Amino acid sequence: MIEGRPLIDWSWIASNPDDIVERILQHLQLTAIPLIAGFAVSLLLAVWALKRPALYTPVIAVSGLLYTIPSLAAFAVLRPVFGLSLLTAVIPLTTYTLLILFRNIMAGFQAVPPDVLEAAEAMGYTSRERLLRVQIPLAVPLMIAGVRLAAVTVIGLATVASILGDAYGGLGQFITEGLQQLFPTKYLLGAFLSVVLAFGTHMLFVRIEKAVTPWALSRESAVG
Amino acid sequence: MAERVHNAATVVFDHVTKHYGANEAKKGTLGAVNDLSLTVPAGKICVLVGPSGCGKTTSLKMVNRLIEPTSGKILLDGVDASTRDVIELRRHIGYVIQQVGLFPHQTVEENVATVPRLLGWTEEKQHSRAAELLDLIGLPPAKYAGRYPSQLSGGERQRVGVARALAGDPPIMLMDEPFGAVDPIVRERLQNEFLRLQEDLAKTILFVTHDIDEAIKMGDLVAVLQVGGELAQFGTPAEILANPASDFVAKFVGSDRGLKRLSLYRVDDVPLEALPTGRVGEPSAPARARLLAHPFEYLLVLDADNRPLGWASLSSVSMADQITADMAHASSPHLDRRTTLKDALSMLLDATVQVGVVVDRHGGHRGILTVDGIANWIRAQTPAEPAQGSR
Repeated sequence: MIEGRPLIDWSWIASNPDDIVERILQHLQLTAIPLIAGFAVSLLLAVWALKRPALYTPVIAVSGLLYTIPSLAAFAVLRPVFGLSLLTAVIPLTTYTLLILFRNIMAGFQAVPPDVLEAAEAMGYTSRERLLRVQIPLAVPLMIAGVRLAAVTVIGLATVASILGDAYGGLGQFITEGLQQLFPTKYLLGAFLSVVLAFGTHMLFVRIEKAVTPWALSRESAVG
Repeated sequence: MAERVHNAATVVFDHVTKHYGANEAKKGTLGAVNDLSLTVPAGKICVLVGPSGCGKTTSLKMVNRLIEPTSGKILLDGVDASTRDVIELRRHIGYVIQQVGLFPHQTVEENVATVPRLLGWTEEKQHSRAAELLDLIGLPPAKYAGRYPSQLSGGERQRVGVARALAGDPPIMLMDEPFGAVDPIVRERLQNEFLRLQEDLAKTILFVTHDIDEAIKMGDLVAVLQVGGELAQFGTPAEILANPASDFVAKFVGSDRGLKRLSLYRVDDVPLEALPTGRVGEPSAPARARLLAHPFEYLLVLDADNRPLGWASLSSVSMADQITADMAHASSPHLDRRTTLKDALSMLLDATVQVGVVVDRHGGHRGILTVDGIANWIRAQTPAEPAQGSR
């Protein structure tokens, strides 16, 4: 730290609002794309596993394996293939969501009471109608809990994506640059904003969870 | 509802057998069915009763093809169920189960309108049908239509389950222990309400229970099944009680067959007695005179709507100028006219005042029933041919 300089240089923050907003938007993009992609893949896998329960264990095993790969290593491996592109960041971040999302979506499906499924079948729902009108709506609370967990995880991991440089770096870019330039304002701001983003996202999903399940008087989410 | 054309179908089991392979059998509780043949005439309630593992639920689920028979046929109005499209078939068969299985994320109205929606009725027709059914089962739509199942009591949930099953006006209803999950008092009330509904609806109903008393009460016909899925006896409740076909049936029916025969009759069947009554607000003197002219020592106090409030002693009537609500002591059971004599007797023996006040469906007083009254009446019936005219 350079002598005489304050820890937080407010004037730098005040004079760079565009930069800050851009980094936040980049970070949101780095979070949203993997979440949406991961959710789509997990939902498809879960619906498939619902029809073929034997798939459950291998899917958990593979997504668990993907989850163990260190993020920095994954970026390093993908960089020669996709270069300094968004894809290099998004692919590993997506794979990290699979374990959480698949497990939570399956838990949601498994939480549908068997008598409700039997009633739906006996009243003449086709299996497609039953999935869309009964199984998915009833799995929603646990699905959203899964998305919440995955979102917070990705927001954290996305700070590492700063190694992809200026174009896609997100808030991690502030942290990396700040550390390199010995400029605390930058890295503290990056750290602070990513924490705020994670916490805000968490609160947002907690609210969504309540808003979309008016039918549940009190519901404990089993996972998360 | 009275002018409606009744929609009911004959159900025939024709040598129906269901065997489970070793793998399926391991999974659990479903009983096999062995060469079951019986005919349920349109508009009747047939109760399948037996110990667990006797195949009664399996038999029921073969009607809407939740389970497919190994061999044999089930004919619905002469048409083999296996030749019909399974989805279409199920939309025309009502289904009620013990756990109810209401959709927790849908309101009462949406739950009730399930089959009309699946059948492609207009929104408007779905809405009016749901409202009609909620009225029918005694849950005013203004209060209940928008509630979620988690906001209902056990008894209300069961009623909604019945309404949902009736919504598409199916000719056949399958009911698997429909009143099994509620406490005995609520169960009794739900049974009575359902019998009252059935008087108007006249659906063909297959009803599964393990409780012989419920079978006797609810069934026009009773099929007693034994483990292994054999039909041990099929007949009217009176026939089964009077002449059990085998040791198994005799044991299953129980050694208290005489007492159970009380379940064949309802409060409605017995001539009611009249006791002196007095209405709140009426002057005491004439009421006192009526009371003195009668051997019974208490006056039955009624409110303005004819509902019984309780008993007033001669002395309290004598001391007051007019009849008031606070002189009444509520201490005797109120009996619905559909309550079986067995239940009525049990309620009377439990009560401090062993005089049952019989009320109509609005709670209005109709007469009284005593233990002696039941005993005298039952003595007058010849045991071999109990009246089946009760319904």
